[in-house]
Amino acid sequence: MYQVIEGIISPVNDNYGKKELAAAKHRVAMVRLALQTSSWIRVDQWESEQKEWIETVKVLRHHYSELLRKEATNSNAGSEIPTEDIATPAYTAAPELKLLCGADILKTFQTPNLWKDEHIQEIVEKFGLVCVSRAGHDFQQYISESAILTHYQHNIHLVKNVVQSDLSATYVRQALYQGQSVKYLIPDSVISYIKDHDLYREERK
Amino acid sequence: MACIDSSMENLDNRKEVVLLACGSFNPITIMHLRLFELAKDYMNETGQYNVIKGIISPVGDAYKKKGLISAQHRIKMAELATQSSKWLEVDTWESCSKDWLETAKVLSYHQQRLEAENFNNSIVSPPSPILPGGKRKRIDDIDAGEPKPSAPQKKGPPELKLLCGADFLESFAVPNLWKPEDIATIVAKYGLVCITRSGNNTKKFIYESDVLWKHRSNIHLVNEWITNDVSSTKIRRALRRGQSIRYLVPEAVQQYIEKYNLYSTESEDNNAGCILAPFLKNK
Repeated sequence: MYQVIEGIISPVNDNYGKKELAAAKHRVAMVRLALQTSSWIRVDQWESEQKEWIETVKVLRHHYSELLRKEATNSNAGSEIPTEDIATPAYTAAPELKLLCGADILKTFQTPNLWKDEHIQEIVEKFGLVCVSRAGHDFQQYISESAILTHYQHNIHLVKNVVQSDLSATYVRQALYQGQSVKYLIPDSVISYIKDHDLYREERK
Repeated sequence: MACIDSSMENLDNRKEVVLLACGSFNPITIMHLRLFELAKDYMNETGQYNVIKGIISPVGDAYKKKGLISAQHRIKMAELATQSSKWLEVDTWESCSKDWLETAKVLSYHQQRLEAENFNNSIVSPPSPILPGGKRKRIDDIDAGEPKPSAPQKKGPPELKLLCGADFLESFAVPNLWKPEDIATIVAKYGLVCITRSGNNTKKFIYESDVLWKHRSNIHLVNEWITNDVSSTKIRRALRRGQSIRYLVPEAVQQYIEKYNLYSTESEDNNAGCILAPFLKNK
């Protein structure tokens, strides 16, 4: 039914103001290193390069319009496309763009004033969610606790993880602060980068 | 809280430790590799130990575990997984044996190797002190109370400890799987470094066993605070279902598995109906 053709990792803007957030240029560089060997996932800097923090729904809108633009460019070059390719899905419709997240994000929809209701609606109605299970989170419960999520649950795809893991960036930073090994938790190239740039050396308040 | 920066501290006073992990490694996963890292950090942070080497010893094919693929592949994958490590190595002595070998025998072999290496090292650097100017002391000048100068101290071989997860420890309770005298040897003579997610359950298990309780000071429990359930069983299942195992095993291992199409419904049926070697031996 679906064919996933691309994955985009969009690191958040520095102005998000989250505790212990390293500079965007570093976070983007680390993602790029981690994705060096991936044939289908890429990092995108647009969100992190904006002057201010922007809401997730606007990031989705931006990337969707980019997809439409590319698709329009492809179909304008119509005379150069071999006839057998025109019938393939890539040329008949723009890809759907879905927000990939962990089950914990569904829970954050409930946090007062964190998300605008109309944004949650647009995300699940116009785009869709692909939500990966996470230890300690019951996404069926989160869906049933929200009227919007329940209404659009057909557009929320729940993915069971192959392994249960509560590995998180928070844990990795904690280990780094304590001088403990994070080898095999993050790619070697990212570990070297962290060391070379002296990142995550002490907890910032 | 500042941690001990072991590179700055004098490591000479610490006991050197070598960690040995036995198992199927079918295939090796990031979980296996993490056990070593967690154990090393823990032992070094006590201030008493200096972990100098980690040895991965894949079990031989004669173990006859269901789903076990040939040792040749399992060794190769372990080697690929550890090529970027400065302190981990793969040993093939156990897997080269045509008969299955008890863990206690593997420990004994590696202990002898460490002792032999230690002996060779102490021959190379002579124990008698050489004074400035190069003159060796005359026999009647040697005074037992004199402080030793810069010549290396003769020290014993590193302590060899078995690295394992809590399930391995708890397998001691499975009837006929282990010889009681082997369990006693393992905890008394060598010692365990056991990574556990539920420290209380593991402590209870030790408490309920006379032999483990007796040697509890030689059983180091290391807490793994996060769930990271990457088991070889799950990897093989994912592969049978065409699911991605990327980032669950090292990149080179994933490519190797893909290249040789190692795990399938057929390979999972290897040794189906066979009795596991220890059960056969301990009947």
